[in-house]
Amino acid sequence: MTPQQQGDTEPAHTVGSGTADTVSDATSSADPYAATARETTEGRVYTVTGGDWDSLIEDWKHDERIVVNMGPQHPSTHGVLRLVLELEGEVVTQARSVIGYLHTGIEKNCEYRTWTQGVTFVTRADYLAPLFNEAAYCLATEKLLGITAPRRAQVIRVLLMELNRCSSHLVAIATGGMELGALTGMTAGFREREEVLHLLEFLTGLRMNHAFIRPGGVAQDLPEGYETKIRDFLTVMDSRLPDYDKLLTGQPIWKQRLQNVGYLPLDGCLQLGVTGPILRCAGLEWDLRKVEPYCGYEEYTFEVPTSTDADCYARYLLRVEEIHQSLKIVAQCLDKLEPGPVMVEDPKVAWPAKLSIGADGLGNSLEHVRKIMGQSMESLIHHFKLVTEGFAVPPGQVYSSVESPRGELGYHLVSDGGTRPMRVHIRDPSFINLQSMPAMSEGGLVADVIAAVASIDPVMGGVDR
Amino acid sequence: MIVTDKNNDSLAPGQYSSAEMSSARQDEHEAHGGVVAGRARQGMFGVAGSGDTSGYGGLTLPAYVPPPAQRPYGGWFDEVTDELVAAMRERGIPAEAIQQVTVDRGEITYYVHREHLLALCRTLRDDPALRFELCSTVSGVDYGTEVAQRLHSVYHLTSMTYRRRIRLEVAVDVDDAHIPSVVEVYPTADWQEREAWDMFGIIFDGHPALTRILMPDDWDGHPQRKDYPLGGIPVEYKGGAEIPPPDQRRAYS
Repeated sequence: MTPQQQGDTEPAHTVGSGTADTVSDATSSADPYAATARETTEGRVYTVTGGDWDSLIEDWKHDERIVVNMGPQHPSTHGVLRLVLELEGEVVTQARSVIGYLHTGIEKNCEYRTWTQGVTFVTRADYLAPLFNEAAYCLATEKLLGITAPRRAQVIRVLLMELNRCSSHLVAIATGGMELGALTGMTAGFREREEVLHLLEFLTGLRMNHAFIRPGGVAQDLPEGYETKIRDFLTVMDSRLPDYDKLLTGQPIWKQRLQNVGYLPLDGCLQLGVTGPILRCAGLEWDLRKVEPYCGYEEYTFEVPTSTDADCYARYLLRVEEIHQSLKIVAQCLDKLEPGPVMVEDPKVAWPAKLSIGADGLGNSLEHVRKIMGQSMESLIHHFKLVTEGFAVPPGQVYSSVESPRGELGYHLVSDGGTRPMRVHIRDPSFINLQSMPAMSEGGLVADVIAAVASIDPVMGGVDR
Repeated sequence: MIVTDKNNDSLAPGQYSSAEMSSARQDEHEAHGGVVAGRARQGMFGVAGSGDTSGYGGLTLPAYVPPPAQRPYGGWFDEVTDELVAAMRERGIPAEAIQQVTVDRGEITYYVHREHLLALCRTLRDDPALRFELCSTVSGVDYGTEVAQRLHSVYHLTSMTYRRRIRLEVAVDVDDAHIPSVVEVYPTADWQEREAWDMFGIIFDGHPALTRILMPDDWDGHPQRKDYPLGGIPVEYKGGAEIPPPDQRRAYS
């Protein structure tokens, strides 16, 4: 915390023999928890660590401009996000976000791996919506290759994406609730999310970072008994979702913290490129599942909820409603799943091995191993080439996008004709939407910044990539 | 066809597909202001880091060149291009502002000269028949050291009114990597241009605060450039042995 314009009075907490440049208050007679202060060229800088704000109050003039740094390690900033807030009393006059603390070079890494291996990287970008990253990346790769995944694979993709949308929105509500002090909202949200993750683990083998959707289809077919599991899950969710209305929707504190906070109207959204729930809460019914259907979304019956309130409360309501709509789509997927292949027929693209579970876990099926090791040298060469070298993708570039829980998730892929991408660019909605934080929170109170950031729901894995 | 007429005087249509273009033809193409988007390859399997075991070491494949599209482009591409040309005439933007039009995989790309980028973006956003209100993404691309004008800045514009997407692409040399910033037309480009500066070193003139965004402020170099040195992995207990960085490993790509 930095009071920029330091008053000329000595701070009240400086006791003992404080020198001109360093003032230490850690003497035995003084308050051991008082904040320490030191002089810098920028003025006096205090280090405030907990309940020692009271020692600053006397030194605090209300006309002073104060810059508060929040994060990157702060429980209320939604991840490793750093917020720099300039305050006038309790009013935020300027807000800036600093990002990059979770930059892992996913885009660069993809350039040194095969197209199939890229899935393993992009699924880790927005880690709350891994299946959307996989799907968008694979749709773009398939567009470059000029192939389409078979129907069963498309339905499985929709099924997984909608389950993932539920879990992502549940985390948005849960962490948002935690940041605002609604801890029961947090425990409830994570409890339901756990149901989704259990189901996803059953369906894909992993709770997160599945790498299940692959260029040309999906890694393998759904396991036996998937339908019962999914129907059980739908029953559980149908019984538990009304609890959110009971717990939060009508709750006066929740409403007071969220209503008329973080306002961002439609023109602001368009200028800042904001998409997803924030845009729909500003009144525009813009959902890529409806306007540019992919994976056969045009066949499903669902509604795109909108609102014109454009505040944090509307975004909360919209997310709850989107969970209901996603569950509707999941139920429709079950009816559409007909037997068939889950990967393209082309052996030059499709993964050569069938996977099966052996005594030592998941691996190549025994039948396949027997064939390549004992019977067919050509199959062995083919397997080796496809797995180590990968498939070549004709040169060119594409942009392909899906509606992720946070908005338009796009992939700009460039191929130079080789077996590795020339460029993988992720248009992550969190990254773009986070730019709207100042517009939502400047002029409001510090407490409202937290509500605004929670309603944007940025996932730093996607922001920093 | 508005922009590639002068190319067509000397070359028949379809002569730009990468596989058939000789290096002399490619030089000619570049001299006419054409765009190169890819690197040349040698050998059959793209093997690097070992001797030529295939016997195809003498085989060279020229760099990919996106072929200019011929009218009609198909679908709404003609309509948008007509409207764009008309709006450009209205606003006094010369027709040469668009260097080349490419239609590939159902997407239309306008390769534009950087001098006119800002005016073009404003036209595309404001013209009632175009209405590209949303700048979906700004993405830098580095096509590798041997390519002329290797740094590209790619803009994906979305028209929510007409539900269309187009792509603008600007290519610049690495020594003169200046592109006008589009932040004043599309404020959403702010962070994305900062990212392209951070990762590729493209300087967006007129950007309100072109600083690094993902890398630390004092970082040297631009990590997503193709010539940015990659690190190897040291092998413990092997006396300085190292697994080479990915771009120096033996590979088939």
